[in-house]
Amino acid sequence: MNDAVESNETPLLSVRDLKVHFPFRRGSLFNSQKGVIRAVDGISFDIGRGETLGLVGESGCGKSTTARAIINLVPPTSGDVQIDGVSIAGMSDAAMLPYRRRVQMVFQDPFASLNPRMTVGAIIGEPLVVHSLAKGRDRKLEVLRLMELVGLNPRFLNRYPHEFSGGQRQRIGIARALAVQPDIILCDEPVSALDVSIQAQIINLLMDLQQKLGLSYLFIAHDLAVVRHIATRVGVMYLGRIVELAKSEDLYAGPKHPYTEALLSAVPVPDPEVAAKRQRIVLSGEVPSPDRYYPGCAFADRCPVKIDRCTTDRPELPGKPHAAACWVREEALAETPANA
Amino acid sequence: MSESPSPSLPSRQTEAPDEAALSRILQESREIRGVSLWQDAWRRLRRNRAAMASLVFLVILMLAAIFTPLLPLQSPADKDLNNRRFLPPNFDSVVMGSREGLKFEDGRLTAQLAKYQASVEQERSEILSIDDPVERAEKLDAFEKRASVEHPFNQLWNQLGPVAFTMCRIRVAIFGDWAVPSLFGTDKLGRDLLSRVFWGSRVSLVVGIVATIVSLIIGVSYGAIAGYLGGTVDAIMMRIVDMLYSIPFIFVVIFLVTFLGEDSVKKILDQYGIEQITIFYIIIGAIYWLTMSRVVRGQVLSLRHEQFVEAARTVGASPGRIIFRHVVPNTLGVVIVYLTLTIPSVMLFEAFLSFLGLGVSPPDVSLGLLLNDGVEALSIVKLFWWVVVFPGAALALTLFALNFLGDGLRDALDPKMKNRS
Amino acid sequence: MTDLFSYAIRRFGWMLLTVWAVYTVSFVLMRAVPGNPFSSERTVPPAIERQLRARYNLDAPPIEQYTDYLVGIVTRGDLGVSIRLEDYTVNEVLAEGFPVSASLAILALVFALTLGVTAGVVSAVYRGSAGDLALMGTAVLGIAIPNFVLASLAILLFVFIIPIFPAAGWGTLRQVALPALCLGAPVAAYIARLTRAGMLEVLGREHVRTAFAKGLPKSTVILKHVLPGALLPVVSYLGPATASVLTGSLVLEKIFALPGIGSHFIYAATQRDYTLAMGMVLTYTVLLFVMNSLVDLSYAVIDPRVKLQ
Repeated sequence: MNDAVESNETPLLSVRDLKVHFPFRRGSLFNSQKGVIRAVDGISFDIGRGETLGLVGESGCGKSTTARAIINLVPPTSGDVQIDGVSIAGMSDAAMLPYRRRVQMVFQDPFASLNPRMTVGAIIGEPLVVHSLAKGRDRKLEVLRLMELVGLNPRFLNRYPHEFSGGQRQRIGIARALAVQPDIILCDEPVSALDVSIQAQIINLLMDLQQKLGLSYLFIAHDLAVVRHIATRVGVMYLGRIVELAKSEDLYAGPKHPYTEALLSAVPVPDPEVAAKRQRIVLSGEVPSPDRYYPGCAFADRCPVKIDRCTTDRPELPGKPHAAACWVREEALAETPANA
Repeated sequence: MSESPSPSLPSRQTEAPDEAALSRILQESREIRGVSLWQDAWRRLRRNRAAMASLVFLVILMLAAIFTPLLPLQSPADKDLNNRRFLPPNFDSVVMGSREGLKFEDGRLTAQLAKYQASVEQERSEILSIDDPVERAEKLDAFEKRASVEHPFNQLWNQLGPVAFTMCRIRVAIFGDWAVPSLFGTDKLGRDLLSRVFWGSRVSLVVGIVATIVSLIIGVSYGAIAGYLGGTVDAIMMRIVDMLYSIPFIFVVIFLVTFLGEDSVKKILDQYGIEQITIFYIIIGAIYWLTMSRVVRGQVLSLRHEQFVEAARTVGASPGRIIFRHVVPNTLGVVIVYLTLTIPSVMLFEAFLSFLGLGVSPPDVSLGLLLNDGVEALSIVKLFWWVVVFPGAALALTLFALNFLGDGLRDALDPKMKNRS
Repeated sequence: MTDLFSYAIRRFGWMLLTVWAVYTVSFVLMRAVPGNPFSSERTVPPAIERQLRARYNLDAPPIEQYTDYLVGIVTRGDLGVSIRLEDYTVNEVLAEGFPVSASLAILALVFALTLGVTAGVVSAVYRGSAGDLALMGTAVLGIAIPNFVLASLAILLFVFIIPIFPAAGWGTLRQVALPALCLGAPVAAYIARLTRAGMLEVLGREHVRTAFAKGLPKSTVILKHVLPGALLPVVSYLGPATASVLTGSLVLEKIFALPGIGSHFIYAATQRDYTLAMGMVLTYTVLLFVMNSLVDLSYAVIDPRVKLQ
C-alpha cells in the first residue's frame, strides 16, 4: 500500500480501495437502458499530519466524488475510509457527527456554497452552534477571530454573501471549515472558480493556515500548476483511478505515467525559449466515459505507448514512494504475470 | 492584496488581536448591517407600480375588513320588504333602527339601547335581591342567556363574536344612529348593499386567508419532507398527491358539504362545538395544499444538491436544522408567490359554492352569495344592475390586486437576480 | 415500446387504486347517514324502495354490501340506482347527461386553446405595445371574474340586448356556443398568460436568435422554432384546465339550463341522492385521470428530456 511519509504512525486519513458507483437508466420513452457509472473505481492513499496530498485530473475523473465519499456526503459503494485508524466509511449522518470535527471541507463554488439568506457571521458560526462549541457573545468573538484569521474585515459580520467578492467568499468558506478546529480539510477545487490573481492569494492563505495550525489537506484541482505550490505529494486521477502517485518534486521532474506526461506538457511555461523547445503531447482517441467498463487500463485507448496487455489487464498502483499504474512504465509491475 | 474595495486586512499578521480589540470590533460590526435578499427584493417590488398599488389596496381592504364592525355602516341583515326593496344607489340619509318592524324606541338604535340597558339593570337587581341562593343562581343564569339574545344588536347584526360586539358598541358610541346612506343601493329584501359588500368581503377574505394558511402549513411541511428525504419516501408521498390530484375536487367538496348538511351529522358536529364554517375552511384548505406541496417539493429537490446544503451537512447540521434553517427560507420566495395566487382561487371557489347554494348560508353573507343574489336579480324587465355590479367589482378588484401583487412578487424574487456581485 | 406499455399499465393500476379509494370513502360516508340506500329503514316512495331492493342486498352485513356493490361496478359497469329518481339507474342518468357535458367541455377547451394561444403569441411578439397590455389586461379580467358572473352579463348582452344567441336549451350549435364561450373564457385567459410567458422565455434563447439572424421570415421562426417550446407549460396545464372546465360546467349548466351531468350532479347533491352523486364522482375521477395521463404522455413525447415515471 502507499504509505504517506516513511514513518510508522497511523496516517491521519487512510483510504483503501474506495469505489463509488452510481446506477443509472437513460434513453427515450421507447428505448431505455441500465448501467453503472464508475465515478470512483478503487482508490487508495494515505494522508499524514501536516501533509498536503494534491489530487489532479480532468473534469469528470471522479476527484470531487472522492472527497464527498470520504466524508459520506455520498455513500461509498465499497472500500474503507479511516480516520486515525477508525473506520468511518458509510456511516450515517448521525454517527458521523463527532468526526465532522476532525474532517472539514471547502467547496468549489464560492457563490453556491454559502446560504444566500444567512449573514456571514451566522454562516461561520453555524459549526459552533451545531457542535455546541461556544455560546452567545463568546461565539461572536470566535467568529470575529476566525474572520481575521482568514483575512476578512471582521466588521462585516452582519453582511450577506452576495455583498462579497468571489475570493472573499472563499475565505468565508475557509473560516467556516476552520471553526471546528479540524485536523484535515478537503479542498474541492477551491480556486477553480476564481481569477488567477486571487488564486495565488487563497493558496497562500491555505499554506499559512497549514503552518500556523498544523493542518493536513487533500487538495483537489484539475490544473497541475495550481497544485505544485501547495502539495507535498501529488496523485493523478484518470477515470476514477489513480494512475500515478509521487512526491511533488519527483512527479514534476520525472513523470512516469503517459497521462501525467501529457498533462504536464500542456502546462504553460513562462520562459518562451523553453516553451518553444518543448514537445506537446497531444492525446488522440475519444474522451472516456465513466459508464463504460474497461477491463484493462482505462487510458489504453489514448495511450501512445500501449501494449496488448494494457487492454486486457488492469494495472494496480504498487506501494512505492513514486508509483505509476502502467504495465509499460512501472518496473514493479513488469514482473507481475499476466492474468490467466 | 488588490481586491477592491478591500475590506480585507493584510494577510500577514504579526499578532493575534486581544479580547478588548475584538469587543470593540464587535461593537462596530453592529453598525454595519448588510442588505439581505429580502430587502433587495422589497426594493425591486417597490419599483413595480401596479404591484405597489395592489399592495396598498389590499392593505386598506384588510383593514376595512377587520374593522368593519367599527364602520358606520347600515345593518347587512336587516330586511325591509315594505319600503326599501331594490332601491338604486342613493344619498338618502339613514337612521339606525328606524324600520318600523323593529319597534325600536323612538325609531332609533341609541334610544333602544338605553331602554334595554335600563330594563336589564332593573331586572337584574330584582333577581339579585332574591334570598334563596339556588333560586337566584338559576334565575340569574336564565336571565343572562335571555338578555344576551334580546340585545338590540342581535336584531341588526347576525351572530357577532365578542370582538365584533365590542367594536359595534364603540361604533355606536362614536357615531350614534348615523349610518352611511345606501351608496350601493339595496337588494331584493331591502338590505343595504354597501354594508353587505363590506361584511361579505370580510367573510370571503377570511375564508381565503384561513384556507390558504391551512394549505400552506400542510403543503409546505409535506413538500419539504418529501423533497428532502427523497427516494422511496418521496415517491410514495408524491404518488398519494398524484392520486388526490385526479379527483375532481368540486365534486368531492359538494359531496362532503351535502354530507355535512345532513341533520345527524350536524348534531355530531355541534356536540364537539365545531361550526360548519370551520369544516368548510378546512376542506378548502385541504384541496389547495396539493399544488403547494408539489411546488415546494420541486424547489426542495433542486435545493438539496446545492453546495450550501452539502456544506451544512458537512458541518454536521441535523436534517431538521437543514430543512428549516437552510432549505425552507430559500423556498419562501416561491411559497409567498404561490400564496398570493391561491387566495384568489379560493375566493373564486367559495363564490362558486355559494352560487350553487352550498357555501356560506344566510344570514351570513359572502361575496359569492351576493353574486348569486345579483345574478338572480338580472332580468331584462327591470335592470337592477347594482345588485351584481358592486359585489362583482369588489371581488374582481380584490382578485386583480392579488394577481398583480403575485406577479410583482414573482418578478421581485426572481432568483436569476440573486447573485449580483 | 415496452416503456410506453409499462407506463400505461402502471397508470391504469394507479387509476384503479384511486377509484377504489374514492369508492371506499364514499361508501363509508354514505352508510353513516340515516336513510342511506344500504340500510333497511328509510322513507322513500315504494317505487324507489323496489328498485333499491332489487339492486342492493339490503339485509346483508356492510362488508357484503360493499363488495357486492363494488363487484357490480367493476364487472357490469353498474353504478347502482338512483335514490330519488324512479326507475332510473345511475348509468341511465349519466348516459343522458354525458353527451351534453362532454361536447360543452370539448368546445370550451378548443375555444380556450385557440383564443388563448393566439392571444399569447400576439402579446409576446408585440411585447410592450398597447395591444399587449390590452390583451393581458383582458386576460386578468378573465381570471378575476367568476364565470357565472361573466355568463350572466353575457346573457344580458348577447341574448337580450343584442339578440345573437338563444337563452337556453340544447341542440344546435348556436345554443351551445355561448355557454362554451363563457366556460372557456377563464381558461383562455390563463392559457394566454402561460403562452406569453413561455414565448418570451424561448424568444430569448440562443437558437431563436440564430434563426432570426439567418434571415428566416419572422412568422416561420415563430411558428416552427419558438411556439413548440413555448407550448410545453400549456400542455401540462391541460390537466388542471380540464378539471377547471368540469368545475365550471356545473355552474354554467345551471345558468343556461343545459341538461348535462353537472346540473344532475347539483340536483343529486342537494337532494341527497348519494348513489347518483357517487356514480358521477367516480366517472369524473376516471375521466380526469385519463386526461392527466394523456397529458403526461404527450409531454414526454414532445420534450425528449423528460422521462416517464
